Amino acid sequence: MSATVAVILALAAGTYVLRLAGPVLHGRVTLPARVRELLSAGAVVLLVALLATGALTEGGGFAGWARPAGVLAGAVLAWRRAPFAVVVLGAAGVAALLRAVGVE
Amino acid sequence: MRSAQRTSGSPGSPPPDPSPARDPELLRDVVLVGLAGGIVGVSFGAISVAGGLPVWVPVVMSLVVYAGSAQFSAVGVLLAGGGPLAAAATGLLLNTRLAAFSLAVAQIVGRGWPSRLLGAHLVTDETVAFALAQQDPARRRAAFWLSGCALFALWNAGVLAGALAGTALGDTAVYGLDAAFPAVLAALVLPALREDAGLRRAALPGAALALAVTPVVPTGVPVLLALAGLLLHRGGARPEGRPA
Repeated sequence: MSATVAVILALAAGTYVLRLAGPVLHGRVTLPARVRELLSAGAVVLLVALLATGALTEGGGFAGWARPAGVLAGAVLAWRRAPFAVVVLGAAGVAALLRAVGVE
Repeated sequence: MRSAQRTSGSPGSPPPDPSPARDPELLRDVVLVGLAGGIVGVSFGAISVAGGLPVWVPVVMSLVVYAGSAQFSAVGVLLAGGGPLAAAATGLLLNTRLAAFSLAVAQIVGRGWPSRLLGAHLVTDETVAFALAQQDPARRRAAFWLSGCALFALWNAGVLAGALAGTALGDTAVYGLDAAFPAVLAALVLPALREDAGLRRAALPGAALALAVTPVVPTGVPVLLALAGLLLHRGGARPEGRPA
């Protein structure tokens, strides 16, 4: 369990330092516009990759049909500007429904 | 998130309110996004405990790390047997965006050290989006602190509830909770992808690369390799003040 504690502490400390960068550096440093642009673009690239792998894969293999179908339903809801809670419940609901009728 | 953007886009924004903290529209959006965060928190707590982690792990992690996607990915790597180093590195790399976000809201958070130190912990995708969607400084400050406190409280309450219910819930796949997190990510990134072709050129090949290498590289690495997509990023027409 000490490995888990180390993960939590490292993640907590590192995350806090990243979050503190703005308030601490405010008024002292200005990042070049291109760097700021790449930082925010990189965040979106990471999130889209996490979305794709999280929707389609599980333990290095295909996650089955129910989960991607649920995520797709959530994505369609999000695209149609449905409220956040509807997106979350819609995705979970579709995946649960498919599993209930035997689609894995 | 979505409702925050709708607020920003509403035609003829209301005149500056002397007490923005009592603005009913802002409060409604904050509560909605907070409740959504709470629901995702329940799924995080439940998935962690159902995957075999003790109850305190998701609960403590949510209080001190307080970054949903990084927590999901770190726990995902842990449960997949990816090792502690990969788990922490994946989460931290995901959180590098928070440095950019914290620069964006530095002025909103305030100048005093207590508010800087406390406000920094509340910097999330949602609070930054909420704050930047407001028109004047007073409303921005109110939106940041209101959404920050509401999200922190509801996220952690949700995680605790989910962790306690986790074993009682049994296999969370039955409830489709595994589909919830990718759907949340979709809701967060679709607005940016919809508007920014440069971003699409970087993100879509990056995601395809991540999917292609998933069967052959250790857990957590595919997402990092997706950053290669940035080589295709030319810088699109992102509107000013728009968070990722």
